[in-house]
Amino acid sequence: MATPIATKTFRSLKHNFLKINNLLYTRIPFCKKKHQIIETAKQADQWQAVIGLEIHAQINSASKLFSGSGTSFSSVVNNQVALFDAAIPGTLPVLNKKCVEAGVLTGLALNCSINKVSKFDRKHYFYADLPAGYQITQQRQPIAHNGRINFTVFNPASPKHTIPRDMSVGIIQLQLEQDSGKSLHDEDNQHTLVDLNRAGIALMEIVTAPDMSDSEEAAALVKELQLVLQAIDTCNCKMEEGSLRVDANVSIHRPGEPLGVRTEVKNLNSIRFVAKAINYEIAEHKRILESGGVIVNETKSFDFKTGKTVSMRDKEMKQDYRFMPEPNLPPLRVYDNSDFPTTKKSSQAINIDTLRAALPVLPAEKRHHLVHQQGLSVAHALMLVADDDLMQYYNSVLAASPHLTPKLVMSVLATDLLACLYKAKLAISDCYLLPRLFAEVCSLLQAEAITTTTTTKLIQLMFNGETLPPADIIENYEWHKITDRAEIQRHCEEAVERNPKAVRKYREGKPRYFTKLVYHVQTKSNGCTDPLVVTEILKKLISEVS
Amino acid sequence: MSRAAEADRRISAGQPLSQLDGIPVAFKDNFCTKGVKTSCGSRMLRNFYPPYSATVVQRLAGKGTVMMGKTNMDEFAMGSGSVDSIYGPSRNPWSRSVRYRERRLGDAEPLRVQATSGQVSYSLPSSTEEQKTCEDDETLSDEDDWLIAGGSSGGSAVAVATGASFIALGSDTGGSVRNPASYCGVFGYKPTYGLVSRHGLIPLVNSMDAPSIFARSTDDLAAALEIVAGHDIRDSTTVREQYKPFSLPDDLSVKDLHVGIPTEYHAPGLSQGMLDAWSWVADLFDNAGAKVSRVSLPHTQYSIVCYSVLCACEVASNMARYDGIQFGHRSEQGSSTHALYAATRHEGFNDVVRGRIFAGNYFLLKRNYEKYFVKAQQVRQLIAEDYRHVFSSGVNVLLTPTTFGDAPSYRSFIGADNRTRSMQEDVFTQPANMAGIPAVSVPVMLSERGLPLGLQLMADNFHDKQLLTCAKWLESQVNFPRFDPVTDS
Repeated sequence: MATPIATKTFRSLKHNFLKINNLLYTRIPFCKKKHQIIETAKQADQWQAVIGLEIHAQINSASKLFSGSGTSFSSVVNNQVALFDAAIPGTLPVLNKKCVEAGVLTGLALNCSINKVSKFDRKHYFYADLPAGYQITQQRQPIAHNGRINFTVFNPASPKHTIPRDMSVGIIQLQLEQDSGKSLHDEDNQHTLVDLNRAGIALMEIVTAPDMSDSEEAAALVKELQLVLQAIDTCNCKMEEGSLRVDANVSIHRPGEPLGVRTEVKNLNSIRFVAKAINYEIAEHKRILESGGVIVNETKSFDFKTGKTVSMRDKEMKQDYRFMPEPNLPPLRVYDNSDFPTTKKSSQAINIDTLRAALPVLPAEKRHHLVHQQGLSVAHALMLVADDDLMQYYNSVLAASPHLTPKLVMSVLATDLLACLYKAKLAISDCYLLPRLFAEVCSLLQAEAITTTTTTKLIQLMFNGETLPPADIIENYEWHKITDRAEIQRHCEEAVERNPKAVRKYREGKPRYFTKLVYHVQTKSNGCTDPLVVTEILKKLISEVS
Repeated sequence: MSRAAEADRRISAGQPLSQLDGIPVAFKDNFCTKGVKTSCGSRMLRNFYPPYSATVVQRLAGKGTVMMGKTNMDEFAMGSGSVDSIYGPSRNPWSRSVRYRERRLGDAEPLRVQATSGQVSYSLPSSTEEQKTCEDDETLSDEDDWLIAGGSSGGSAVAVATGASFIALGSDTGGSVRNPASYCGVFGYKPTYGLVSRHGLIPLVNSMDAPSIFARSTDDLAAALEIVAGHDIRDSTTVREQYKPFSLPDDLSVKDLHVGIPTEYHAPGLSQGMLDAWSWVADLFDNAGAKVSRVSLPHTQYSIVCYSVLCACEVASNMARYDGIQFGHRSEQGSSTHALYAATRHEGFNDVVRGRIFAGNYFLLKRNYEKYFVKAQQVRQLIAEDYRHVFSSGVNVLLTPTTFGDAPSYRSFIGADNRTRSMQEDVFTQPANMAGIPAVSVPVMLSERGLPLGLQLMADNFHDKQLLTCAKWLESQVNFPRFDPVTDS
């Protein structure tokens, strides 16, 4: 979202202009037209994509799902392996209560029904990093099912998604299962090396309904899921470490026709890859079907170097996982207030209602509050809720100066401060411009003592180490907003006079030449004029002259 | 030896760790013993030295017992003769008993067993008409005509029968402890499922495996149970509440006992000797004032078929870990990972094991699952229901034969294939595993051939104390002539 901002006034002005444009986006009729064009293109295209996701989220418990060994990501190879994790004969699974709680909590956060009795199954396949020859999972009776995730699809960089759109996707089920180990193939020496540190770590497999129709929707769902899981602290969601991995099922069909054959792209480990892989897969399906080919139901992996998906050859035969109940684990029983056994202490069993009461405010609720109580745009609400540090900064600013309008604060924060941070390659948590001082700048802007252009410059100065109070800086640089209409009028007249070509072109129906006139005024006034006032006066001047 | 010496010191200081301090125990070779090879009688685990000990091994060691050794078994406990092991078969010590050998070689008449109420006496028959000799006597040499020990925990049964160990642990999934106990003339007791931890027991069928005890008396069984039983955090199927340590009373009475005789156990193939023993003991109970009545367990006859499906399925699953990667045998050959698996598993497992894996995977295929596995589970429920019904109708214990007759010879035993043998051998014992109920085989008398015959007592889930008390009473009544290594060989 943060765009690099140039130091040159022109660029910053242009940026400001764009910014205003963005803020007004939803109200500009041109925008609707753009949307209509897309709709028409879609109809001509005729194909509809159907996308469902299977997401594996590692539960951030201290120990594994069925053993006492640790779960940290970067420990020495084969150093977090209990006997059970290596499938040493005679060892038995012992269910980790923390993992069950995480599963229930996540199920609740995703609006699922929690199954009071769930069961574990063995899913068999041979692989070197699966020591037991089976994975313990919950195929038949998972801990939670029938849920829903609500989120907003918005990506200014994607033409179809420049307008925030609310979406709701069904969650078919959430099951607890074991992660596998990792294989490293040493091609030179024809060896496969196995690391079992990951083997047996608890996973939540979250299966969504095939309710999505393009890659941005899928990416937005994953993003939202990350926020939810982080808010309830059941998964750290570090996709780069494999804590959250996405499998995407993709098929395409024409409206009114039955669903097409699907392919599955496995182990996508960044949100960008989720989008890219799905886009590639949809294009592949179209290419194949339009050239008269047939889609084969297969499992693929995504090669991030080439941006393509490739078939995983080891699964050329259809696997029969030969599911059977796990005989070493009794059915998993959880309770609620209505049936919690009186003989048990609260620590001995899991109470759904207790966990429900402990649910923190979830991202969707936070966004709703920001939009409806504080008057922020959906885009800004999304931005804030997606970044805890940014949210904290924003709250600190408002706490420092409660009279400030949240919308104004967020606007300055999102454009000016984030631009500085982006340029300096710093995170908001590293920002040394104190929220209190930032609030003072906002106060000046809100009091109309300075213009937005000045605000930008002021923030830049202070970000770069200027220690004077904002009011003093304004004084020193004479950055007070010009409120004298006559003075502005003078600048505008000069602009019209000096740029006859721009005036002519603008009159010929090329609105972009108008920018040049505004730019002229802004330069001459050192950015201390209000672009809206300038625009008004300029337009009046041009129409008078003609 | 040092452990024995320590125990000696504790005992002379008057501070033994338990009743069994210093007592020798043996473990079937499917109980993991830290640093001591645990092979399951299989090539697959011939080089397996577990990094930990099973809970039962730890608990017994913690109470001062001394491990004498590991005992032979059918490969991965799949068998009922202890003949399918890489170490060769286990021989029944009664093969060498004077009483048996004389009869076998035709030097002596068959034993005349007189089972009158209260006493049983053995004498030579006076009438020649009653003489029976084995038909194949002539051709037999000592080397190939010996008796099987029964199985799959045959090694443990032999260890206790010969006195090599005082107590031995076995595992009982379909009768693997009660069967050899019957053939070797010792007590074999399968506790209620969930009473004794399976942690460290290399599984056959997880939902039926019961760590079980061989001993020469019921008091010894109870003493060993007290040490090994109870909740184990490492086995989620052990129960928290049910077990309270107990010892058996000395003043025994069966006056208020209701003994059920399941009619279905009167099966074709039951030997006359066993039938006689069964009715004799039933009379003993009757005469002692117990209520003895016939009961019906209509579904138990399907137990074996049901078992062969469930067992194969769990075997296929449990054996999947033996791929030669983390532990155990690894084949030299293997151009790819899957070729390595195939070669390793082919070399590591015997035909019986491979056959069950094959069948199990077939039953678990998606298209077969409902037809076999689910059906078998349903039948299992019906069998358990049979027992629940009988016990809730007031019956305290069930009395049945343990085996069809006395120990068969190796030669006759290997005539049939493993599956057929299991089906024959486990008929009376298997249903208890289906329901999880406790059962004990009590040696009651010698057969005509001079070989031990065992009867089985079963009780309701977690009524282990009642079961063993009843067995103790029976023990006191039958005066079974124990195998004596000195006089008998």
